[in-house]
Amino acid sequence: MIDANIAALLYLISGVLFILALRGLSSPRTASRGNTFGMVGMGIAIVTTLLVASPSDWLSWLLIIAGLGLGGAIGAYMARTVKMTDMPQLVAAFHSLVGLAAVFVAAAALYAPEAFGIGVPGAIHAQALVEMSIGVAIGAFTFTGSVIAFAKLNGNMSGKPIILPFRHYIHIALGVAIIALVWAFTLSADPWLFWAITILALILGGLMIIPIGGADMPVVVSMLNSYSGWAAAGIGFTLGNTALIITGALVGSSGAILSYIMCKAMNRSFISVILGGFGGDTSSAAGGVEDDRPVKQGAADDAAFLMKNAGKVIIVPGYGMRRPGPARFA
Amino acid sequence: METTANTTADLATAIAHGAIGGAIDPFTFRLAIFVLAIFVGYFVVWGVTPALHTPLMSVTNAISSVIVVGALLAVGVHSVNDAGWASKLFGFIALVFASVNIFGGFLVTQRMLAMYKKKG
Repeated sequence: MIDANIAALLYLISGVLFILALRGLSSPRTASRGNTFGMVGMGIAIVTTLLVASPSDWLSWLLIIAGLGLGGAIGAYMARTVKMTDMPQLVAAFHSLVGLAAVFVAAAALYAPEAFGIGVPGAIHAQALVEMSIGVAIGAFTFTGSVIAFAKLNGNMSGKPIILPFRHYIHIALGVAIIALVWAFTLSADPWLFWAITILALILGGLMIIPIGGADMPVVVSMLNSYSGWAAAGIGFTLGNTALIITGALVGSSGAILSYIMCKAMNRSFISVILGGFGGDTSSAAGGVEDDRPVKQGAADDAAFLMKNAGKVIIVPGYGMRRPGPARFA
Repeated sequence: METTANTTADLATAIAHGAIGGAIDPFTFRLAIFVLAIFVGYFVVWGVTPALHTPLMSVTNAISSVIVVGALLAVGVHSVNDAGWASKLFGFIALVFASVNIFGGFLVTQRMLAMYKKKG
């Protein structure tokens, strides 16, 4: 219905709105407005897609409306009913869905490449195959990783790190196998290889998150967030869609930085959290029960903000000062 | 005459491209957009206050469901054969998952932020 150039400009507008959303969320004063920017940006992206690639038959329209309605109703219900304390695991659960959606979009592009303008079945452009397989590998990884993160946060699984013997070798072997399969898939475009990549990435996602302790899970969720951004960007390259590329890169880098900032706030080493004790920083996980509990840390700004809004403030002197002292070992 | 005009125009375009070292592949433009967006994302989240870590994570998650664009394209596929139907089905599943995330993600962020609202 509309020109591809106009569509590209509209996608750009939604990308800018997403940037404003992230910016807004970094300060309490502008946070609520930022969230609204995000919603408007998403609305523009959806409407633009429907206008530029209008489905020709009624069945497609029906499926689109049903899909949006069904998913929207489930999402809204979950968001309204969840307890405030269960927020982190809800974000992890939502997250796994993004990973899975990326896998299915890549699969759809593999089976009907002509609809995405990337060639015909059996003769998809090699470049699109590379991008597609990267997208699906990261998507699948994000899915199982998020499911494990959810289970650990929700208490379905012990928050203790589960250390498998030779796990680093297993991870490296799986990683190398995935890269080899991506290479083979690029040459042959065999759907069988596509699903093999998916399955290996699913296994790797689970294995990579299992050795990470429960207290580090918020960082992991943020890191997986970042991965899902890269998956979206990979698929954006496949489809030649600027909205996906901009947003994917944005989410990818901001998620990575956010997890780094969160690590700093908890005094944890970023690398050792992500690699699950790769750097030998398992001492804090093994050092005692107390270290496995989430730490709530705030800046001076937060303290000022909370106290301004509080009805009563109780100041307990001494606790913070005594805590790190020798009394701990007594 | 028209053909000549077209040929001249094509030639002119070819020369113009030649002057800057040939036509640029769309991939290169996309890569440029990609790299610049990475930097934007990098700078935009520095300086977030710790109290807003979870809402920011939640809104980033909601935004990442822009993958819905791909799902919509897949559902809209004109299905003439089995592969077309498979693509439609995959697209529909992806659409439902992404929609859960869009609505859930933004609403949950809104709920979290409501706790930060100034009282009175």
